[in-house]
Amino acid sequence: MKIVVGLGTCGIAAGAEHTWRELEARTGNGGPKVELAKTGCVGMCYREPLVEVRMDDGRRFLYGGVGKDQVEPLLAALAEGKVLDDLLVWTDVGAGSEAAYLARQNRIVLRNCGTIDPERIDDYLAAGGYVALRKVLAENDPDGLINLMVESGLRGRGGAGFLTGMKWRFTRLAPGAHKYIICNADEGDPGAFMDRSVLESDPHAVLEGMAIGAFAIGADHGYIYVRAEYPKAIERLLIAIAQAEERGLLGEKIQGTDVSFQVRLKEGAGAFVCGEETALIGSIEGKRGMPRVRPPFPATKGLWGCPTNINNVETFANVPWIVSHGASAFNSLGTRNSKGTKVFAMAGKVKRGGLVEVPMGISIREVVFDICGGIKEDRKFKAVQMGGPSGGCIPADLQDTVIDYESITKTGAIMGSGGLVVMDETTCMVDIARFFLEFTQRESCGKCTFCRVGTKRMLETLTRICGGEGKDGDLELLEQLAGLVKNNSLCGLGQSAPNPVQTTLKYFRSEYEAHITNRKCPAHSCQKLLTYDITAACNGCDACGRVCPSQAITGEKKKLHQIDHAKCIQCDECFKTCKFHAIVRN
Amino acid sequence: MISHRKLDFRTLHFGGEEGKLIPALQKVQETDGYISRERILEIHRQSGVPLSQIYGVATFYAQFRFHPVGKNIVRVCHGTACHVSGAKGITEALEEELGVANGETTPDRQFTLDTVSCLGCCSLAPVIMINNDTYGNLLPKQIKKIVKGYREAAGGVVQP
Ligand SMILES: Cc1cc2nc3c(=O)[nH]c(=O)nc-3n(C[C@H](O)[C@H](O)[C@H](O)COP(=O)(O)O)c2cc1C
Ligand code: FES
Repeated sequence: MKIVVGLGTCGIAAGAEHTWRELEARTGNGGPKVELAKTGCVGMCYREPLVEVRMDDGRRFLYGGVGKDQVEPLLAALAEGKVLDDLLVWTDVGAGSEAAYLARQNRIVLRNCGTIDPERIDDYLAAGGYVALRKVLAENDPDGLINLMVESGLRGRGGAGFLTGMKWRFTRLAPGAHKYIICNADEGDPGAFMDRSVLESDPHAVLEGMAIGAFAIGADHGYIYVRAEYPKAIERLLIAIAQAEERGLLGEKIQGTDVSFQVRLKEGAGAFVCGEETALIGSIEGKRGMPRVRPPFPATKGLWGCPTNINNVETFANVPWIVSHGASAFNSLGTRNSKGTKVFAMAGKVKRGGLVEVPMGISIREVVFDICGGIKEDRKFKAVQMGGPSGGCIPADLQDTVIDYESITKTGAIMGSGGLVVMDETTCMVDIARFFLEFTQRESCGKCTFCRVGTKRMLETLTRICGGEGKDGDLELLEQLAGLVKNNSLCGLGQSAPNPVQTTLKYFRSEYEAHITNRKCPAHSCQKLLTYDITAACNGCDACGRVCPSQAITGEKKKLHQIDHAKCIQCDECFKTCKFHAIVRN
Repeated sequence: MISHRKLDFRTLHFGGEEGKLIPALQKVQETDGYISRERILEIHRQSGVPLSQIYGVATFYAQFRFHPVGKNIVRVCHGTACHVSGAKGITEALEEELGVANGETTPDRQFTLDTVSCLGCCSLAPVIMINNDTYGNLLPKQIKKIVKGYREAAGGVVQP
């Protein structure tokens, strides 16, 4: 019997390391005979810590919520040959509580995530790893390889969705003695964690994809530019690179051929704009990460002035699979212009938050409801936010929109890198727009005036509206600024920064108007727009009166209290203090 | 506290193939906890990279700090998922408990409070990270106990 513990960042945050230590202690000398193993992220972040039991006869049982204290009952059940039904989330024999979560998924990028030990190259090799690289090297036909990628229809998963094979062809054809390949693992979009999970759970897949890409374009050096906020990913990548070099799968003269490929890691230093390819290149060169005008594109003039190809983590993770399974296995999935699968990081007000990989062409509704179980506490579904600060909010009315590049763009949002944040009726859409503007305004590198100043003016206006000081003409002002910032910025950051504002204005205009005209926040989220009242449930305990910093609450002891609206500063303290739910916010 | 470890910046050929300025600054921060004026002068003297360029790069990236930090670094996530799941309440609770605002360090140099955008565990929102320990699915009222653990622990890790 083998017990496998999921030790990705989510799992560790939920206590998986304690679970691991408890298992080690209880299965050591004298305990039951089991083999312990580690793995990365299974994707069911909402049920971490996850522990999989693989029986000697091949049956698999996945248990969720296995904290330190659940180890003993789990081992006891296993010793008796029983299944611990309370914690079972999935099994390959019969049903588990979360079977629906996995049933609709189609795992290409996540093929090894949560099954192999990311720190052991032998696990990756046993799962068919590096077969694609060996095949490519044996065939020695870079042009054929590029044709295969074009035919597969794989488009970049970093946001813009450019055909990967085409990009490789441009870099291959660009003249230059030295060429570089870069993996963009900067994942700056707040609310997205696909790349982190893939790097933590299956780093070799990314390395193999990079090596294949390097062979295709003729690069002998590569960089992985990874966020410093992802220490686990960095640690595992370094281990993976060392192991692959030791086995002759990276480095000089790979597998006895004339092909060499050296990979190095660069840690980002906390700048969102460095996810943009020209800024990223500047950052690797040790400069301020500021985007520059394209053309020339990196394919002709990139790192140190040499032809450079940049792809996203998920893009690279797809590559070995496509080489092994063929272009048609990949392009038979998806829609006319969007092939294959897409990984989404599901978060926000959704019941099952985690990583899902679905074929392109599935609808938003299917992902939110059928796979992820709908909205937390069964509240009303309001919108999904796709594409982070560059994306937009798609309202619940459009939940039958299918997920492919063109359909999502039509709504005003973008496919983006795969962050999908679900919002319910308690989320204020004006506040969300303000939140994203705050982000882009802070992260603007300051090079373009419209991006630097325009986002600031937009943020001021939105902050005013959320603070109850909106005025007539604000919405028109926002619309005008949005157009200007969009049309006059150099890079994607400024060009897309107005998207969150424009989409919320398009779909939730009445919410803006309520803030400005009625001084009300329909979602009861903007504090300055709330009015507090005390209901008959008040028993006069005066707890609220004591915490009120502005003496707005009066009343005799053991009698109904009142709030003086003129004095109330909407600090929310009374609401938080009242144990009898006698304070209502409107 | 600040260590006076010697660092070698002589091989720093800015603009050369290596692009080592950012890694050098990262090294300084890892060693000292922040980037002091003395260290910047040291980099400049040893490598010959102009001061303006070093400052230009150092101030561009959010990661670099120019003031000493507390023993424990408390990072509150204000990413999208955490924002819609109540990160504001968590920040307020932390500010109250520690008695400092975002970006500040407590007078006893025990804690530095920082907000960050996304720690990558969005499905556990709201999330905070203290040093390398992550805490998810938080409620404001849990903050007191978590912080207390670090106050008491002389370097040890405390269970959530
Ligand atoms: C402001 C900004 C931030 C970006 N951030 C990322 C990122 O974090 N990860 C990423 O892969 N691409 C990011 N991109 C897109 C890259 O510029 C580039 O298009 C991508 O890495 C190309 O890889 P792909 O073809 O595999 O998608 C960003 C673009 C902009 C304008
Ligand atoms: S939004 Fe907080 S961890 Fe991602």
